[in-house]
Amino acid sequence: MYELAVIGGGPAGLAAAYSAYQNGLRNIVILERDKELGGILNQCIHNGFGLHRFKEELSGPEYAHRFIEMLKDTSVEVRLDTMVIEITDDKKIFINSPKGYECIEAQSIVLSMGCRERTRGAISIPGTRPSGVFTAGAAQRYLNMEGLMAGKRVVILGSGDIGLIMARRMTLEGAKVLACVELMPYSGGLTRNIVQCLDDFGIPLYLSHTVTEIRGDKRLEGITVMKVDENRQPIEGTEMDFDCDTLLLSVGLIPENELTREAGIAMDPKTNGAFVFENMETSIEGIFACGNAVHVHDLVDFVSAESERAGAAAAEYVKNGASDSEVIEIVNGADVGYTVPQKLHRNTKAEKIDVFFRVRRVFSKSRVVVSSGDTEIAVFKKAFMVPGEMQHLVIPTDKLRDFDTITVTAQEA
Amino acid sequence: MTELTCIGCPLGCRLTVDEENDYAVTGNSCKKGAEYGKNELKNPTRVLTTTVNAEGGIHGRCPVRTEAPIPKAMLFDAMKVLSEVTVKAPVKCGETVLEDILGTGVNVIATRDL
Amino acid sequence: MYDVAIIGCGITGASIAYRLSRFDLKTVVIEKENDVAMGATRANSAIVHAGYDPEENTLMAKLNVRSVELTKELCKNLSVPYAQIGSLVLAFSEEEAQHIEKLYKRGINNGVEGLRVLSAEETKEKEPFVSDDVVCSLYAPTAAIISPWEYALALAETAVVNGTQIMFSSEVSDIKKTDEMFVIRAGEKEIKAKTVINAAGVQADRIHDMVLPHEFEIIPNKGAYFILDKCEGTRTKHVVFQCPNKDGKGVLVSPTVHGNLIVGPNAVPSERYDTSAKLSDLVFVKRKAIKSVPSVDFRTNIKNFSGVRPNSTESDFIIKSTDGFIDVAGIKSPGLASAAGIAEYVEQLMCNSGIRLSEKTSYIKDRKQIRFKELSHEERKKLVESNPLYGRVICRCETVTEGEIVDAIHRPIVPRTVDGIKRRCGAGLGRCQGGFCGPRVVEILSRELKVDREEIAKDRDVSYILKRRER
Repeated sequence: MYELAVIGGGPAGLAAAYSAYQNGLRNIVILERDKELGGILNQCIHNGFGLHRFKEELSGPEYAHRFIEMLKDTSVEVRLDTMVIEITDDKKIFINSPKGYECIEAQSIVLSMGCRERTRGAISIPGTRPSGVFTAGAAQRYLNMEGLMAGKRVVILGSGDIGLIMARRMTLEGAKVLACVELMPYSGGLTRNIVQCLDDFGIPLYLSHTVTEIRGDKRLEGITVMKVDENRQPIEGTEMDFDCDTLLLSVGLIPENELTREAGIAMDPKTNGAFVFENMETSIEGIFACGNAVHVHDLVDFVSAESERAGAAAAEYVKNGASDSEVIEIVNGADVGYTVPQKLHRNTKAEKIDVFFRVRRVFSKSRVVVSSGDTEIAVFKKAFMVPGEMQHLVIPTDKLRDFDTITVTAQEA
Repeated sequence: MTELTCIGCPLGCRLTVDEENDYAVTGNSCKKGAEYGKNELKNPTRVLTTTVNAEGGIHGRCPVRTEAPIPKAMLFDAMKVLSEVTVKAPVKCGETVLEDILGTGVNVIATRDL
Repeated sequence: MYDVAIIGCGITGASIAYRLSRFDLKTVVIEKENDVAMGATRANSAIVHAGYDPEENTLMAKLNVRSVELTKELCKNLSVPYAQIGSLVLAFSEEEAQHIEKLYKRGINNGVEGLRVLSAEETKEKEPFVSDDVVCSLYAPTAAIISPWEYALALAETAVVNGTQIMFSSEVSDIKKTDEMFVIRAGEKEIKAKTVINAAGVQADRIHDMVLPHEFEIIPNKGAYFILDKCEGTRTKHVVFQCPNKDGKGVLVSPTVHGNLIVGPNAVPSERYDTSAKLSDLVFVKRKAIKSVPSVDFRTNIKNFSGVRPNSTESDFIIKSTDGFIDVAGIKSPGLASAAGIAEYVEQLMCNSGIRLSEKTSYIKDRKQIRFKELSHEERKKLVESNPLYGRVICRCETVTEGEIVDAIHRPIVPRTVDGIKRRCGAGLGRCQGGFCGPRVVEILSRELKVDREEIAKDRDVSYILKRRER
């Protein structure tokens, strides 16, 4: 019986395992489906990782490398090429690997499966179904891991960071990126990526536009792009045709949670991840979740920080058992899309609570109000908030303990 | 006069830089913006990240980056140079795979073990 | 010289090939595309209809009802995903309730078993999520769901095991009839056969006209679908239809054998190979589906597709024999449901026209396929011990292992495309639509077939996935 089984050896799993080790657990296993640790970081060869965590700019593989190196001097067992097939609410884990199909047991579990990309289906793009339509991440894997090009004349739908990064990457590799098309009136990616991945190469960004038709019987031959109105409906007469062989989709990420659901863990429909407490515990005692499996982060640095809390909490659980506490609920107020955590243990030992959330629209000078009923508990001033940027509040726990529900609201200043 | 977007923070200020007036920056909200605007026009540089051919490892490509930023205008030439490079496993993360790329004085390093 | 040449390897051609493969006949199937089931067979509602829909005394009625049991048996023997979950036709008005009565009577006349008209309450009991506006429904317990492409593949593969030949990427351009045979031109190939069976789907009128005077026309008509993620797969328990009207059978909502929810289709005139969908098609399907089951969550959509029905100028199936040339044309809905009966009927036609059909001394009628996901823990353990490739999950959405993919590649009909793998073992069928497993499937195909990854197509010939890099 393991003290802790970590499902997924990407940045979240690595940080959780290391933190659990630092907090005293010795019998830990990481279950990783790929043939190496690092998860999606291995294909994110661009730089910009680690500014918060390591105070320097690293590429994805370098960031992963740092954590992999840390684990080398520990007793953490790593099982590669191992896929978790099923977990049960009593913490049995069925795993499959070329070495065998087996059931292992653990006193605690950390769910760190990461996320997956939304596909063409998720946004129902009309037209034919040729080859040449890829999620940006799939094209990235082909190019960065296998040295294979998805195409030569490219349009990118969605201005999320992966799409922007791929615009630059494909351009540097000799493809012509014709445009980046974004449904919303603002970009979903970091400003820095818009400048360095699009502006640097003269790639136009069409905001409030979408792809309305895909053409080609075999390989993609072209697409139609149209401007959309405020209800995101295409406006007649704004058709622009692009002659392209490749369409990359960067239209959002969804936490990967089939195992979570099947184990009967309560899910938040807003995040598509598990409901979690401040210590990243889920609705099942001793099962924790962290990273993009809980909610999609912008920066891996925050994934690591969150996962370290999950790992520490798993260690605490193994050593001292469940926390047996009353629950404080965090409620989404106006213009707040979701919060993580969604719940707090009233008797938590943590002195401060990290609350992450996303706003639903663009705010310039604004305030974030943490309240309960008519009581304002804390107010945070923000110069600028966009849905693409995860917000982070740190609230002293003692300010919250007396309330049953806490509401987080975004307001114009 | 050149317009550009500041990348110093999420605010993304629209900067205007006046090349003829000692690269004076307007439109910025903070000092970082002024500095960024000036550098971006006088000597824009970027860190280049890409992959090189790899033999004998678990992958056929090895990710690399320039150890420091290189002039933006050299990116495509640097890509051409790197397309000729092959590394042989074992490779250590941080190991130099090409010294002094295009006379910039900047080395290209591997960004993973292979 | 072949005894029989079957043109087209959709469900009709494959069913006939399977049926004939137990006889001492030299049979060839000539297929335009690079795989089995590339037309209407892979893009339809995937339903084995009970048989109350076709007008009495039609070939359609007879063959549909006859096929209900045959199909069930075939699926069992050939390891094809199939589930007899029953169907409901919903009525939303008095007028539609009368239509339900009519369908009930017609079904009884057609010989459909177990039909019942359910009250609104009984309907709700069976399907809690249907609209409150339902007045009554027709319940048909013998209706089933099936994996149509796996059904066609299983039939074709087994035919091949029994000696049938299949020529892919071979489009028939001309057929000449001489006194004792037909000479078929398909690309570079010239194929001679004593009997020709025209199972060419949307091309059946063109094939017919190569040999016989013009008699009928195919009027292609397409419909669009949604496939929703498995979290919506239990939204309904039965196939939920609406009352047929002038626009066709209406939009259905049904679980699939793979655990998803299928929603569709609409019906619009189309070109023969036009499987594109317009925004208006998708909007129409959504609107209609919500009328039946208001809570269907379209945000969980993982895929849209469209299929082309080979409707014809005749209302019934066109199945007849003329001097050694057998038309099996206009096989629109319930074509999939009737395929087994159609094959049996074609066999009778051949018999009647004096062709000697003698059974081989031995032939194979069963087929086994390993599906890791469906096994018990104990069976999985044994399987992985027997071959470690079953220990590596490649498609995580559908839990498909490398062993199953390699099995698929080495089956009697070799898939050469990523979608060919998907049809055989389900890799890429799930919620990420091959985003994760696509590159790995390309790698495995390239390794097993010993071709460059750039040579691997997604689907139809030359639908390449990757571009060669210029160095």
